[in-house]
This record gives sequence, C-alpha cells and structure tokens, in this order.
Amino acid sequence: MELYRLTIHEAHELLMKREISCEELTRALFDRIRIVDYAIRAYITLDEDGALQKSRVLDERGDFTHPLAGIPAAVKDNICTKGLKTTCASKILENFIPPYDATISARLKSRDAVIMGKTNMDEFAMGSSTENSAFFATRNPWDTGRVPGGSSGGSAAAVAADECIYAIGSDTGGSIRQPAGYCGVVGMKPTYGRVSRFGLVAYASSLDQIGPITKDVTDCAIVLNAIAGHDRMDSTSADMPVPDYTLSLKPDVSGMKIGIPREYLGEGIDGEVRHAVLNAAKTFENMGACCEEISLPHTEYALWAYYIIAPAEASSNLARYDGIRYGVRAKDYSDLIDLYKRTRSEGFGAEVKRRIMLGTYALSSGYYDAYYLKAQKVRTLVKKDFDRVFEKYDFILAPIAPTAAFRIGENTDDPLKMYMNDVCTIPVNMAGLPGISIPCGFSGGMPVGLQIIGRPFDETTILQAAYAFEQATEYHLKKPCIEAGGHAAFSRDNRCKHSSDFTEREIGVDLGAPQDECVKRRNVPNGKGVKA
Amino acid sequence: MKIAKQTVDHVANLARLYLSEEEKAEMTEKLNSILDYMEKLNELDTTNVEPTAHVIPIKNVFRQDEVRESLSLEETLKNAPDRDGSFFRVPRVIEE
Repeated sequence: MELYRLTIHEAHELLMKREISCEELTRALFDRIRIVDYAIRAYITLDEDGALQKSRVLDERGDFTHPLAGIPAAVKDNICTKGLKTTCASKILENFIPPYDATISARLKSRDAVIMGKTNMDEFAMGSSTENSAFFATRNPWDTGRVPGGSSGGSAAAVAADECIYAIGSDTGGSIRQPAGYCGVVGMKPTYGRVSRFGLVAYASSLDQIGPITKDVTDCAIVLNAIAGHDRMDSTSADMPVPDYTLSLKPDVSGMKIGIPREYLGEGIDGEVRHAVLNAAKTFENMGACCEEISLPHTEYALWAYYIIAPAEASSNLARYDGIRYGVRAKDYSDLIDLYKRTRSEGFGAEVKRRIMLGTYALSSGYYDAYYLKAQKVRTLVKKDFDRVFEKYDFILAPIAPTAAFRIGENTDDPLKMYMNDVCTIPVNMAGLPGISIPCGFSGGMPVGLQIIGRPFDETTILQAAYAFEQATEYHLKKPCIEAGGHAAFSRDNRCKHSSDFTEREIGVDLGAPQDECVKRRNVPNGKGVKA
Repeated sequence: MKIAKQTVDHVANLARLYLSEEEKAEMTEKLNSILDYMEKLNELDTTNVEPTAHVIPIKNVFRQDEVRESLSLEETLKNAPDRDGSFFRVPRVIEE
C-alpha cells in the first residue's frame, strides 16, 4: 500500500486500527519527497528529524482519537512555526526562526499533527504562480513545465504530488483556491475572521485568511474543524460558534438554489473551463438543485478597489522589515536611514517593491481619502451585490481561473485573460466570503477547478455542495503521474495507468481527457465517504 | 494629471527603498496605473456609502489589562541581526 497516497480520514482509520504506525506513515511521506520533490520543489524547509521524533512519541502514546493525530501536514512558509525557519520565500526573512507558534500552528500541534515542513510560495504571498519565490519556482505535478498557481503553490503542489497528507495555505486574492484548482486538489478560503491569523505574516490584513488544502472535501471539513474559531490573540477573529463541519458532509443538494454570475463566465474564459463549470452546474441540477444566471454588477469595481486596498495594506504591513529586530540586515551602511533602505532594497524582490511603492503612494499625505477611503466605499457596494444574491440563492458557482495552469515563464499579456483571472477570485476576498475550489474536469490534460462561494460564516453549505459534487463525480480520484509524466523522467513507480484506461464513462461527463498524462485511480482501503 | 519621476523619488524615500533608474522608470508607469484604477472607481457615486474596513461586524475589541507571560528576553533577541547584551544594536542616531 502506498501510504503517502492516503487522505486524512483514510490514514486516521488505519492509525486507529493500528494497521499502520505514525512513524511508518511519516517515513513513507519523506521517502516520497526524496523521489519526487526534486521535480516539484514544493518545500522550502523540511523537518524530517522533528517529524519522525514526533511520530515516535505519538506511536508510543498510541492515542490517535483526534482525526488529525499523527497525520503529516505541510505548512505554507508565511505561517510562523516555533523553532522552524519561516522565510515567506523572501531573502529578507531567509534566516528567520520564529520564537513562537502562529495560533494555527499551535492548534495543529495540540491536535498532534506532524508538521513535515514549510512550503514554497510567491514572496510575501504576492503573486499567483509561485514563480515569485526568492528561492526557486515550484512546479505543477500534472506537468512540471507548468506553474502550480499561487501564492500557496507549494502547499497545493505538495498535496497533489502526495508529498504530505494535507497542507495549510493563505488566501488574500485567491491564493488558496487558484493553486488548488491548478493542481486538482481541494482548497478552501474560509470566511474572513473564521480562522485566527495570529502568526501569519500579514500581507493585506483586511483580506488575508488561512485555510486548508486537502485531497478531498471530507479532509477539508476535518481540518477546518481543527483550525476554525475565535482567538484572543487575533482581535479580527470572529467570536462565533463553530459547527462540526463533518456533519455537513451529506450528498444532498436537492431544493438548493444556485446562482451562476454572468460576470464570471464572460469573454476570456477558456472554452473547456466554461464547459467544465457548466457541466458541474448540470451535475448539481441532476441532483435536484436549481441553477440560474445571476449578476454581480460591481464585479469590475471590486478589482479596481482591490488594486488600491491590497498594496496600501501591504506597504503598511511590510514597513516592519527594517533589519533591526529580525531578518537579514544589509552589510554596509552609513547611518540608520541608509541601513533601512539598503536592507529593504536588497531584501525585497521586484514584485514586493512594486506593491510597496503603489501602496505607499496611495496612502501618502493628501491621497488617503481619494484612494483608500474611496476603495473601501466601493467595497461596501461589492459586498451588497453578494448580500442581495444570497437573499435568494444558497451558493454561487464560478470558475476558479479562466484557464488551467499556464506554462512556467509564460506571462500572459492578454489583458482580458488577466482581468478574468482576477475576477474569478478577488471579489470573494473583498466581500470576506467563504469559497472552495474542487476538481471539476480537465483542459488539455490539466485540472480545472470549480469554485463554490457561500454566505458569510456558512462554510457548512459550500462543504455540503462540494461533498455532493465529489460523491457524484470522480475527478478527485485522478492523480498526476509525476514519475512518468511531464518533464520529470522518472520511472521508479511505473504503476500509473494511462488515460486510455480511464474512460469517460467512468468519469460521467466529458473530460477533455488528457492525452499523454498518466492518470491513476487510487486504491482506497475503505472506499469513499468515510466520516471522521 | 500624470505622476512625475519626482513623485516616485518622494514615495521611494517614504517607503525606505533605493531604486535603480530602471526601476524608477517602471515605477512611474505603475504609479500612473493607480490613476487609471481611480478613474474607474470614480465612475461610482459613493456619496452616501459607508466605507467597509473589513467585512465582519466587529468593532473595538477590548480585553482586561492583565499581566500575562510573554517571550523571554533571550527569545526576543535571538533573531536580532546585531545586539549588545539585552539591546538591539543600531547605528548611532544621536549626534554628538
């Protein structure tokens, strides 16, 4: 049995039955990393010794009651982990070892999670391809010539390549959902305030949210259960009751009303992506839901406002990197101001500098009201659009990106595509809503993500819808074959099935089946739908 | 109105960044794009619209002013690029 392929709920069951040990599971994953990560490069830092030590302690104690106990996880490198380097994929933090845990790290540890390492990302979470890391680019497990998306690209790629059982990411303008979509895994941005951000390196504080990236929807609910809830260390975390999200895993959407916003399916959306999303709508209708076209008229303005708000908040948040208290300090300097300037100019990458400049300008004397305040007012209108829709509809269906993953280095200069890329994810952050990306098809052999957007604090409904869709389809069971596919000519594991073995009938709907990629159905010990 | 290179120099100083001539040229262009975004936003009448700072209904979260454990001095200074005993060390800032 390939232990690294397990989901959380599958591994949990095996641990509970003592069929596997935590150490075996952890070793299997590090072995897997040794085989595939040279091609994927999902991790910045690995903590094999720490993880194995933890696994032995857990095995000795033998209590795997909590569904996350003994399950190896990867954490995005902008989330503080005590004693484990946290770089934000930036040179300015390349030596930073946090003296404390982020609340989410502490919560995972208190549930006896095994933290394997820290995943690559766009520097300070600014980007959508993980090419913007100061260290190296991460590659898409479905085709190593393509990007995994971003900024949580390392986390999504690690899950898709079975280099961890699940991962944690962060999402400011789509940074969990888009890489999850590009890598064919499940990624959720919970409602703003649902998960504590204490210890998350701040990018844009009114938009940032932490969330899970997992192999299926059941796992997503399990992780959300562990990380959601109020935290006295984050005064923007909501003091609201947290339901048991695993109770929402019911394959039932009958009678639900679904809105499909026309602004999200406009020109610029790739034909196969549109087809996959509309096919998903059909699947929901076949299950007894009702789909209607809706309009979110301020969609375009959500983007213009985001382009003001995100850099403004970033410029303020990144003012703390000054080379005084932590991080890298420039070597030669004449005085304090020179020290600041040299440290920041040498430490930040081009994209980070760009956004700091934009934000500093937008907040500079005399401009605040005209820019930032105006953008915040527009944000109110964006939120009202969604409020109106949710009076009538239970959730919204949309694409997660206009195309499947693009090639490394292929900076699109098609303004329509760039525009649609932002349309798909940014308004959800602007309105603080929960959104989930789940696999819903393929385009040219690459996974396509379906986005389900819900009411504030109603993660339950979108999990239920996502679960119902997952039960009705088999996209989530398809796996990339890194060893034989893409640019990683590796044949150690030759058991990957070819797409010809995987008929459209099995999938249920038109796949746009991959030509060369290997696909494989996982051999699951206990079938699907195992509640944990 | 167009943003001049002088403005870029001013903003770079506020942001505590040195920019190469090449970067300055690029930033001038980027800052001008903000004006385009604003032009778009100004299409909307927001006269009677309240701003949304963030979307959840939370305001002024207070707590008791209690003494609680915090990081030790040693842990706090561990990442310091330069230190002197229990202090962060910086270049001289007070003129003699």
